[in-house]
Amino acid sequence: MTVIDLMPYEDALTAYDPVMGLEVHVELGTATKMFCGCSTSLGAEPNSQVCPTCLGMPGSLPVVNATAVESAIKIGLALNCEIAEWCRFARKNYFYPDMPKNFQTSQYDEPIAYDGYLDVEVDGETFRVEIERAHMEEDTGKSTHVGGATGRIHGAVHSLLDYNRAGIPLIEIVTKPIVGAGERAPQVAKAYVAELRELIKALGVSEARMEMGQMRCDVNLSLRPHGQEKFGTRSETKNVNSLRSVERAARFEIQRHAAVLSSGGTVVQETRHFHEDDGSTTSGRIKEEAEDYRYFPEPDLVPVAPSREWVEELRAGLPELPRVRRMRLQADWGLSDHEMQSVLNAGAIDLIVATIDAGAPADQARKWWMGELARRANEDGTDIAALPITPAQVARVAALVSDGSLNDKLARQVIEGVLAGEGEPDEVVDKRGLKVVSDEGALGAAVDEAIAANAGIAEKVRSGKVAAAGALVGAVMKATRGQADAARVRELILERLGVQG
Amino acid sequence: MTDLTRLTAAETAAAIASGETSAVDVAQAHLDRIAAVDEKVNAFLHVDTEGALAAARAVDERRASGGELGPLAGVPLALKDVFTTEGVPTTCGSKILEGWKPPYDATLTRRLKEAGVVVLGKTNMDEFAMGSSTENSAYGPTGNPWDLTRIPGGSGGGSSAALAAFEAPLAIGTDTGGSIRQPAAVTGTVGVKPTYGAVSRYGLVAFSSSLDQGGPCARTVLDAALLHEAIAGHDPLDSTSIDAPVPAVVEAARAGATGDLRGVRVGVVKEFSGEGYQAGVMQRFTESVELLRELGAEVVELSCPSFTYAMPAYYLIAPSEASSNLARFDAMRYGLRVGDDGTRSAEEVTALTREAGFGAEVKRRIMLGTYALSSGYYDAYYGQAQKVRTLITRDFEAAFGRVDVLVSPTTPTTAFPIGERADDPLAMYLADLCTIPSNLAGNAAMSLPCGLPRGRSAGRSPDHRPGDGRRPALPCRCRGGDRVHRTLGPPAA
Repeated sequence: MTVIDLMPYEDALTAYDPVMGLEVHVELGTATKMFCGCSTSLGAEPNSQVCPTCLGMPGSLPVVNATAVESAIKIGLALNCEIAEWCRFARKNYFYPDMPKNFQTSQYDEPIAYDGYLDVEVDGETFRVEIERAHMEEDTGKSTHVGGATGRIHGAVHSLLDYNRAGIPLIEIVTKPIVGAGERAPQVAKAYVAELRELIKALGVSEARMEMGQMRCDVNLSLRPHGQEKFGTRSETKNVNSLRSVERAARFEIQRHAAVLSSGGTVVQETRHFHEDDGSTTSGRIKEEAEDYRYFPEPDLVPVAPSREWVEELRAGLPELPRVRRMRLQADWGLSDHEMQSVLNAGAIDLIVATIDAGAPADQARKWWMGELARRANEDGTDIAALPITPAQVARVAALVSDGSLNDKLARQVIEGVLAGEGEPDEVVDKRGLKVVSDEGALGAAVDEAIAANAGIAEKVRSGKVAAAGALVGAVMKATRGQADAARVRELILERLGVQG
Repeated sequence: MTDLTRLTAAETAAAIASGETSAVDVAQAHLDRIAAVDEKVNAFLHVDTEGALAAARAVDERRASGGELGPLAGVPLALKDVFTTEGVPTTCGSKILEGWKPPYDATLTRRLKEAGVVVLGKTNMDEFAMGSSTENSAYGPTGNPWDLTRIPGGSGGGSSAALAAFEAPLAIGTDTGGSIRQPAAVTGTVGVKPTYGAVSRYGLVAFSSSLDQGGPCARTVLDAALLHEAIAGHDPLDSTSIDAPVPAVVEAARAGATGDLRGVRVGVVKEFSGEGYQAGVMQRFTESVELLRELGAEVVELSCPSFTYAMPAYYLIAPSEASSNLARFDAMRYGLRVGDDGTRSAEEVTALTREAGFGAEVKRRIMLGTYALSSGYYDAYYGQAQKVRTLITRDFEAAFGRVDVLVSPTTPTTAFPIGERADDPLAMYLADLCTIPSNLAGNAAMSLPCGLPRGRSAGRSPDHRPGDGRRPALPCRCRGGDRVHRTLGPPAA
């Protein structure tokens, strides 16, 4: 394996100005494929969701999925794009076994949406990423190369083809060259993809799960010396499939390009593969000459001409966009930028909102998700949303605390029980016997016992050292195995000892 | 006893409906005729004896149980081997699809079945419909039943020959640049290229998607109209299909048979005459135009200057689309696979298969189209050709402002001998000189017999404005016309 020279990141930025272009493919969550009625659901038996059209059988014809067009327009509108009054599909011709027709039906020079932007936050500042276009196309089938060491075609003895994915609707969103991000370019790339993912999810057009390949990113990057107008030669790092990887890939390429350029070399225009394990990229296919896809308008389809009325109807129906929503929630919840960032980083925003919707006060909802549950997700190494507890259950726990049935310590145990699969919060309370001791008689007896057993401390309290009451409260809590309401215990102790709290 | 193979489709359907004969007897008579003559004619690539008899039995049973029969129930038909038929081989005249049994019916196939039409089998054609003589079939040429040493036209020579040889009263063709009309002209039959989008292309194996159009072939205008009504109509599976009611062409064909052409304006296209047009063809054509005048039509000569560029534009657009449409034949999912011995890559197997599976004309057009679409050439070739297409459409529009129908010879010559133009593709391409403009503009056109210059058939080609079903039967009573077969009896086969 060849060693790739890298320049230290700070040095690279001192010498060069990075220019990025991001191409993101989003698989739409339509029930059927782009041009036929086959199901798009994941995980089916290979080649079980296919028909003459998505297999490219002789004689078959495509018909455009109207829902996919609607989704594309929604994405375009949410990205502040113009929506084409009239646009066509084109054929992108090239041979590859996972492409049934040996051409991809895609939009070429007439995208459905163009000239937009997406504002993203980096370190509390807004950075505007300009959008070149968003266009519709179809996914290819999936090749599995068997027998090679790397899973790539090189060295494989045979390949398996699954056409279930062939024809799934894709939207490709292409940015204009992102300039002026400087040292924050990798962060901008990550923030852009994150913001785009939130937006796609908010629109309800895709689940945009990067780990499932529903959203894939290509990072194009070039460097130019500071002050130079002309862009340098770019590399295209393909299929960078997590937010963290987007940032790492951009960073790695900046360092690699800088090393090449500063040693007097030339950057090769090529596609590169990203490696999750060490964050590096390696050379893929060198583009000796631009591949000639022989695009021409798809004669089997009629132009897509969304009426202005329809477009305006869709615009009016757009949901609150993620960035606007975040700003609103931050204000509603009274959070600092830093606190809000923690909530976002934890991926807890929707869970907190749902918990509030289920009746919990905002501070309680945030406290449980950002405390106990975030910690647990972190320990387990899972996504917080994947924890086996629902916002409604968390809201119930919060309600039990606020009505005095549970204290925080008990509430944590209830949550633990829910996570362990012991049932609803109330069931866990019953099974584990976690109810706060609220029987005044029993509590009074425990208080009396504690005073009797700690006469010295009781005396201190009587004499005015109210702070010493904490030790008595602790004794009562211990005696009740933590199931008493500490505040009530304190009240009772002070009452018994004739002091004001 | 009547020879059932000599009836028209309309007569056949009436005889079955009245109980005079049965659909099974009709089917059997045609299967017998095929067995007797097709070894010489080679119109059929595949005869579906079982399927045909089963379909015929179903019609007889429906009649016996008092069920309603459509206007073509029980009538046999020869289907060009470019439409998919579930479980029945579909080759497009190519080795690359040898043995392929499609898992689905074309919309046209389904509609024929629903109409009770009895599909006898699949007919020979130039490979992927590329040609004008049926010599480009991978399965050998078809003979013209009038003279077996001559071509039956193409690409749909199998369908036209089946009609002329009385192997079927109805046939289906596809017309991308004249593949229905030119075979009709040289076999003395009727061939209609419907308006683009009138007949679904779902299941029609594509040659050139923006030009291909399936349509009816028959021995009489009425039969062609009956068949058109059975196969036409909107299909949600074909985005380019016309979403409007099918024009009442049967009614028009019956009305046209009165022979009264008063008030009808006929335009003779000036560009389609002169050098290269066989004298006998022009003579019969001129006589036919004179007959139209006698029947009351107002005849004018007019010019459609852009038609001169139709041929070069066609030979850029059609191969361009074909180069893309035929890319799917890669040995991965169906059809021929060559060289898969475990040592070769998928790419190599694809290349070897295409080398072995495609014939010379198909390869020529794939290369032409690949070149025309290449970066740097697209604007000069494909782009320019599309502009010509627009100009041709405008010429038609201008002409239809002045006349109701345009006429010209269908093809410049009568049937030429098999082999004569095999090594001269440009001479072969000239056979479609007069038919191509309608494909580029998308409007309806048909070829009618107008006589037999020196013993062979010459056709005449009236063009109609797009979607206009009012006058398709206009010249159906020209000299010879429908009666060619009646008077001359069976051809050579």
